[in-house]
Amino acid sequence: MSLLTPNPGLIFWMLVVFLLVVFILAKFAWKPIIKGLKDRENEIQGALDLAERTRAEMIQLKSDNEKLIAEANAVRDQILRDAKDAADRTILESKDKAAVEAQKMIESAREAIRNEQQVAVTKIRKEVATLSLEIAEKVLHRELKDKEAQEQLIAELASSARLN
Amino acid sequence: MYTHLRLFFTTALVAATCLLNVPVKADEPTQHEAEKVVEGIKDEEHKIEHNLEESEASFDIGAMIMHHIADSHEWEITHGVVIPLPVILYSADRGIEVFSSANFHNEHHEYKGYHLVHGESETIVPVDESRTIYDFSITKNVASMLLSAVILIVIFTSIAGFYKNSKGKAPKGFQSAMEVVILFIRDDVVKPNVGPKYEKYLPYLLTLFFFILVNNILGLLPGSANLTGNIAVTMTLAVLTFIIVHLNANGNYYKHLVKPTGVPAPLLLIMIPVEIVGVFMKPFSLMVRLFANITAGHIILLSLFGLIFIFQSFVIAPVISLFALFLNFIEIMVAFIQAFIFTLLSSMYIGSAIEEHSHADHGH
Repeated sequence: MSLLTPNPGLIFWMLVVFLLVVFILAKFAWKPIIKGLKDRENEIQGALDLAERTRAEMIQLKSDNEKLIAEANAVRDQILRDAKDAADRTILESKDKAAVEAQKMIESAREAIRNEQQVAVTKIRKEVATLSLEIAEKVLHRELKDKEAQEQLIAELASSARLN
Repeated sequence: MYTHLRLFFTTALVAATCLLNVPVKADEPTQHEAEKVVEGIKDEEHKIEHNLEESEASFDIGAMIMHHIADSHEWEITHGVVIPLPVILYSADRGIEVFSSANFHNEHHEYKGYHLVHGESETIVPVDESRTIYDFSITKNVASMLLSAVILIVIFTSIAGFYKNSKGKAPKGFQSAMEVVILFIRDDVVKPNVGPKYEKYLPYLLTLFFFILVNNILGLLPGSANLTGNIAVTMTLAVLTFIIVHLNANGNYYKHLVKPTGVPAPLLLIMIPVEIVGVFMKPFSLMVRLFANITAGHIILLSLFGLIFIFQSFVIAPVISLFALFLNFIEIMVAFIQAFIFTLLSSMYIGSAIEEHSHADHGH
């Protein structure tokens, strides 16, 4: 039965010693230990979070880069297309212009030719007239020297006149 | 209970001896020899029985066990090697008296008007019986408690030093060994049972666990005190838990005691006393569980060792030693389990008292 009856002296010492142990350990052991553990956990958690954030950032960066590349490609394509269009347009315009110019040149050439022709015809007419006058003069000059020849000439003239 | 145990082991071991002896001697071939062997076994049995009777008369196993599990005013490490411990007495007329327990030479020796009486447990009795004295002696248990306090403080302040000095480094050596246990208590015992405000109670619960554990293990060493198997110690621990629970309990907890939720009005007549008994049963169960487990373990181990002295046989001693070895392993396990359970239940009681919603534990 003595086993089951608590001894007051032992209870007293137990209270004193146990409470002292609790306070000493709480102040000098558990506090730094729990703090150390928590700090470490926070550190690990922080590192993990940072890694996660960095990963997300990398993904973001990658997608940004892809977007950038896609945009650049699009811009390049646009520029190329524009350039090609511009070139095509220029060529077309040049062709049209050239055609118009050519037409104009032809036209003016024609005009010039016509004018020249006119001048030439007039000149030739004049020349022919002069030449025929000279010939006629020369012929008359010579023919008038000879009676026979005059007659002949008159005949000739007459025959040719008839032909007209 | 102990006599039953003794009877059981006696029969078991006598049977075991017969079985062990037969095959050793059965190798000898002739009929004549066989008869001799049978006679030999009979002689042996007779001798054991004779020893048994004789030793039981001279060796009081009950007293031996009680002597080992009870408190004492001196620390007997082994037979004859005794460390005297200080006796501290308080009495209204003489004030505080301090002297060494070595001054008591025997039961009848009187020192400063006191006797040291070895009954079931040791008590200091004044010669003048009208005086009342209060015994605050540093007994074997108190000395062992002080030793465990020193061990705990040295171990854990040195570990705390590791955390301060090697901040941001991986734990190593003894620090990591203890860290596993501390983390186990914090994350698997205290945190889930106490709830979000667990940090306030963590120092107490951690100290509780390691105090019980260290004392359980110290108690298993030969020649050591049986501190956690002492009802005064377990009572103090249980009362401390009780006080912490009821100082921190919130309104819900107290309301639940007088008005349990979901109980019809007529049943309240029964339920309220049950709830109130439950409040006191919790620390009581804590007290008895630890005390009974540790004391029972010590009694079983001591009974086994006592058998060796009763039988006084070289055949039985190794068998019992093996048995005792096996039980020692179980006791080491029990040392951990009981420390764990005490802490777990304390956490649960605290947790149920500070819980915000009214889902208080119904005291299982």
